[in-house]
Amino acid sequence: MSGPTKPRLMQGNEACAEGALAAGVRFFAGYPITPSTEIAEILAERLPLLGGKFIQMEDEIASMAAVIGASLAGVKAITATSGPGFSLKQENIGFAAMAEVPCVVVNVQRTGPSTGVPTAAGQGDVLQARWGTHGDHPVIALCPSCVRETFELTVTAVNLSEKYRVPVILLMDEVIAHMREKVELPSPGEIKVIDRKKPRTPPEKFVPYQPDADGVPPMANFGEGYRYHVTGLIHDKMGFPTNKGPEIAGLVTRLTGKIEQNAADIIRWEGLYLEDAEVVVVAYGCVARSAREAVKKLRREGLNVGLFRPVTLWPFPAAEIAKRASRARGLVVAELNLGQLKLEVERASQGKTGVHFVGRIDGELLTPREIIAQVKGVL
Amino acid sequence: MLADIEEFYRLDRLPHIWCPGCGNGIVLACLVKAIKELKYDQDKTVVVSGIGCSSRASAYLDFNTLHTTHGRALAFATGIKLAKPELNIFVITGDGDSSAIGGNHLIHAARRNIDLNVVIFNNNIYGMTGGQYSPLTPKVQKATTAPYGTIERPFDLAKLVEAAGATYVARSTAYHTRLTTELIINGAKNKGFSVTEVISQCPVSYGRRNRFNTPAAMLEWQREMAVPVIKARSMAPEELEGKIITGELYRGHAPEYVSEYTKLTQRLKEEAEGV
Ligand SMILES: Cc1ncc(C[n+]2csc(CCOP(=O)(O)OP(=O)(O)O)c2C)c(N)n1
Ligand code: SF4
Repeated sequence: MSGPTKPRLMQGNEACAEGALAAGVRFFAGYPITPSTEIAEILAERLPLLGGKFIQMEDEIASMAAVIGASLAGVKAITATSGPGFSLKQENIGFAAMAEVPCVVVNVQRTGPSTGVPTAAGQGDVLQARWGTHGDHPVIALCPSCVRETFELTVTAVNLSEKYRVPVILLMDEVIAHMREKVELPSPGEIKVIDRKKPRTPPEKFVPYQPDADGVPPMANFGEGYRYHVTGLIHDKMGFPTNKGPEIAGLVTRLTGKIEQNAADIIRWEGLYLEDAEVVVVAYGCVARSAREAVKKLRREGLNVGLFRPVTLWPFPAAEIAKRASRARGLVVAELNLGQLKLEVERASQGKTGVHFVGRIDGELLTPREIIAQVKGVL
Repeated sequence: MLADIEEFYRLDRLPHIWCPGCGNGIVLACLVKAIKELKYDQDKTVVVSGIGCSSRASAYLDFNTLHTTHGRALAFATGIKLAKPELNIFVITGDGDSSAIGGNHLIHAARRNIDLNVVIFNNNIYGMTGGQYSPLTPKVQKATTAPYGTIERPFDLAKLVEAAGATYVARSTAYHTRLTTELIINGAKNKGFSVTEVISQCPVSYGRRNRFNTPAAMLEWQREMAVPVIKARSMAPEELEGKIITGELYRGHAPEYVSEYTKLTQRLKEEAEGV
């Protein structure tokens, strides 16, 4: 096994696989797809050595299903895919949200739509990560912008999924996935690992969907003496189907509410030179790297420009954006799509300032120069 | 009727949602009797189902129960079995659930020969959605989406899963309850992928449209059409036209998936210790 503290040259996909293992993931089910395949390949090698399970399923629908099955059996589970596969997984992601089964779905975004450009970067799945499956549902989506952060956020993704019993999307992109950086991974002792809450009552008193104060019910694993029912149908606290209006509304409200209620614990973001920024660039994932360069360069020119990097795209750090919007002359959203997160930034800034946009959809990464040009146009 | 097996039901969940005369309750009781005879620990037994009238059965049973998405029960079950091999897993699925939307998972679970016990409730129709034709609706029979009779050829599910690699394949009917129970028991004892197809009746979404005036007429039809496999072997194909061949249709020997996985991890462990 690798010595985690030794600096290593590592790819984003490799960091993701290492992060999953460090977080206690011992089950992977997936179907190969560029640019995510290395995650499966690495875990195919590592998991059997650790007593874990790896299976290549017949498609992404089956992969998502197997991951949920493994998690219900008590094993932390993850799958990795890209656009077309992410689309196929959606129905079962909704099942995980409804039945509150912890799991992590890595989506290494490529240029879409459809088969798109398999080997080119994109950020076109931002809204799909939020609303890909039907119905009102909770979701958490995290977006790393360097290799080390990919490791950390994979651990965080697994932890949040366990803590809140929700599917967590790790929204990577082709650049971060395939880029190599020298990273020093934390040693196992430094890594905080969270496990799902176990029932505190004996089986005969167990109410499977009775939430604690945090909105999250403790979870019994299959085979441990708590026989209960799991369904994608709207269910009552015992887990059985219901058609009663208040129970329907009650469940959906709690499912979405548990994320809102715990937003302060979940939401992550990073800022650079925000204190006096007249223009704030909002960027995430690979584009945040260009944005950082752009902002530093503009600062050297004496311009008051800052960077806001949402790390959780969902839930979106709307309050933080609102704060910046009320102070800044303008916000510039930079992303590899036609303005998906821009919609959310506009919503969050409530018309208090102008929201501008610079994007690319040709499979190439936005350059610092393109971002600078847009910022200067606003200043 | 349930007295000897009621300990395995969630009695507070009854009455069930099924129409009067539906075969689902009969087939389910056969499955429960089988589990009882197998003496499986309820805590260590999982019942996984898909979506459909038949798949609603899981909620009525007092095991670890999982009602999944349409067609995907086998993929969920694969995850459970691989994650926790000590669990006994039964999969309840309809003809549409298993052979249309779930057809890919069916053949791949068979190919892996993973130790799952599948009971297919084959009522020849999509019951839950009100009677559309399934891949197992016999040719010329009527459905809401085949008002003039279906022109499609049905699958022979038993042959399909045998060819795909299942190591236990059996068929029975809702009429032949003792046989059904026995076949499910034998399937569970097979360490590998076991499929028992049970021809069942849907009087409401299928029977009414296809000249079966009563549920009893459908059971009668099952009784008349059933030909034990031993007898069928000496019959000509023309004689077997439209018949239901019942009994243990196939038994094969092949490595079971989870055992193979365990062997692999064992080998890797020994290699690591050997170095
Ligand atoms: C993805 C998806 N497509 C369609 C449906 C609608 N649907 C529910 S049950 C069903 C057919 C069930 O037929 P079968 O599997 O034969 O079971 P039965 O109801 O006859 O027992 C369909 C098409 C669904 N729930 N999910
Ligand atoms: S529709 Fe058919 S299969 Fe469904 S419950 Fe009624 S009789 Fe049974």
